[in-house]
Amino acid sequence: MGDHSVEALLRVGDSCLVLAQRLTGWCGHAPALEEDIALANIALDVLGHARGLLTRAGELEGAGRDEDALAYLRGAEEFRNLLLVEQPNGDFAHTVVRQFLFDAWTAELWKGLAESSDEVVAGIAEKAAKESAYHVRHSSGWVVRLGDGTEESHRRMLAALEDLWPYAGEAFLDDEVDVAAVEARLVPLPSSLEKPWRARVSYVLEEATLPVPPDPWWQRGGRQGRHSEHLSYLLAEMQVVHRAHPGVQW
Amino acid sequence: MTVETAWELLAEVPDPELPTVSVVDLGIARDVTVDGDAVVVTITPTYSGCPAMREIEQDVRAKLASRFASVDVRTVLSPAWTTDWITPGGREKLAGSGIAPPGARMLPLLVEGRPDRCPHCGSTETEELAGFGSTACKALWRCTSCREPFDYVKAH
Repeated sequence: MGDHSVEALLRVGDSCLVLAQRLTGWCGHAPALEEDIALANIALDVLGHARGLLTRAGELEGAGRDEDALAYLRGAEEFRNLLLVEQPNGDFAHTVVRQFLFDAWTAELWKGLAESSDEVVAGIAEKAAKESAYHVRHSSGWVVRLGDGTEESHRRMLAALEDLWPYAGEAFLDDEVDVAAVEARLVPLPSSLEKPWRARVSYVLEEATLPVPPDPWWQRGGRQGRHSEHLSYLLAEMQVVHRAHPGVQW
Repeated sequence: MTVETAWELLAEVPDPELPTVSVVDLGIARDVTVDGDAVVVTITPTYSGCPAMREIEQDVRAKLASRFASVDVRTVLSPAWTTDWITPGGREKLAGSGIAPPGARMLPLLVEGRPDRCPHCGSTETEELAGFGSTACKALWRCTSCREPFDYVKAH
């Protein structure tokens, strides 16, 4: 297993980790108790996916880095997550749109990863697929309820979609790392997931009386380590305790 | 020491979040092998992010260490845990403590499962309040007959 394998797993694992951190920001602040619990539950599942993938990436790297070393001791430029997941929580509409675009992606991604030549990765994906099915059901439900809701909720969903849509396409842009990892049958080719993703997104947006925005120039770079300024702040908060007390046990 | 001894001990290890059922009832304990006074137990998490997994591992280790000199607890993800592995006895214990056991899985419409009946009054007239509940494996439902809310272990 070469470096491309580690990179390819970090691209997925880091996306899960950063989104989990974002979602936990809602804990105690969500619009209703049930939603507070739902977002925390989803964060917990997604964090579980991140832990499995980061642990496996560390094993394949063979440099002695475990999940904690990878999560807490890398700087922003070493993270390989999609730009989408580091975008701020915004209002609830932004959180819902970000979650839906992500869930619609992972719904396809896990199917592909379940066929991975790496048995550990396939096991993580097989399990994650069942959990993500509940996530996409939840976020799709909110997209429809808010999009086809009141004038105010519709307006907010339109604004969220306009803000976040330019980050939606990065997940499907292949580069040489992906091609090498696909040759090793470790991961599915990112672009191969676009068609089913679009089908689901179009269907749900139509139900929600929201237009599918035209394709912009997709914002990109997260998967190569070039991030928006938001990630550094997120990591600072996530990593501060571990960095202040390295190796501490209790 | 026999495999049966190990399974009997495991049946006394409660799930930390659903203490009315054991790790055997829930299908978390998957496999046991015994060689002399050494035991190897394989466990699997219900959900990827289950925060109770570490506690379960420690509880299993402590319980088996009471009889076995060497205890090895291994965690596997595949095959993925399913609510089909909850034993009939486990389902009865859940219902007896007011938690509806999972309904039948309806693949591929996995997420459309529903409780068979209200664990309080037995009515089949129930509705979902929230898809996510007090732990990763549960949803919050309500009985429209007796009006009581209840936890439901999601078909998975």
